Amino acid sequence: MAEYYSSFESGGWGWFLQRITAVVLIGTLAFHFFLLHFVNHAAEITLAGTQARMSQVGYFLTMIVFLVTATFHGVNGVYNALLNQGISGTQKRVAKFGLSLAGLLLIVQGVRVAIAMAGISL
Amino acid sequence: MAQTYDRGAVEDVGRWREFSAGMWAWVLHKFTGWVLVGYLFTHIAVLSTAIGADPAAAPQDLYTTTLVGLEDLLVVRLLEVGLLAVAVFHMLNGIRLLFIDLGLGLERQDQSFYASLIITGAIAVASVPTFLAGV
Repeated sequence: MAEYYSSFESGGWGWFLQRITAVVLIGTLAFHFFLLHFVNHAAEITLAGTQARMSQVGYFLTMIVFLVTATFHGVNGVYNALLNQGISGTQKRVAKFGLSLAGLLLIVQGVRVAIAMAGISL
Repeated sequence: MAQTYDRGAVEDVGRWREFSAGMWAWVLHKFTGWVLVGYLFTHIAVLSTAIGADPAAAPQDLYTTTLVGLEDLLVVRLLEVGLLAVAVFHMLNGIRLLFIDLGLGLERQDQSFYASLIITGAIAVASVPTFLAGV
């Protein structure tokens, strides 16, 4: 067993951003779960209550950061899992393109939802 | 100086009887990650009912009725407990991984995995009354 272990030299930007988004998500996911299941119970959520929360700029921006970091972390995590399974060449390119597209579409739809929840009409 | 450690191919799940704590942590981190990313897409799909929901129709607007309808189902409440357990384990094991990446706690990585499991179980059990309230 190694006396000192670090994998910091092993990665590029994808590896680094996966760790940065992990740190952001520890805070935002815990906040999201706590607020919407323990402070406000999910069964009691209404459109008016959601609009009241999302109308606050700080909350709105936190949810956008949550959406973008969760999407990157999740989609990049799936990509890394597929690389671990040994995909390469065309399979790797298809996975990269497909997952990037899926992530982009999720962020676009998530932002549309956030805007609607904030009661902003474009 | 960093050294390599040959853990064998964890992807070869046929060897699961030989798995050490660290390999189970790897398997569970992947499994919970797949569940969470699947849930993320589903969650945005359900919340999309907010687009075009009519505030004047409240509380009979599409968004509120969809959420209330889902929350009326016992299976949804049970799945929420499962989702909490999955999220808590992924977060605790993720913190464990961040520390290991920083070179901290490798010697105790098996104990920290067991601690992640125990804390996850305790939080999931303690959350049951909250999730099942009023169903």
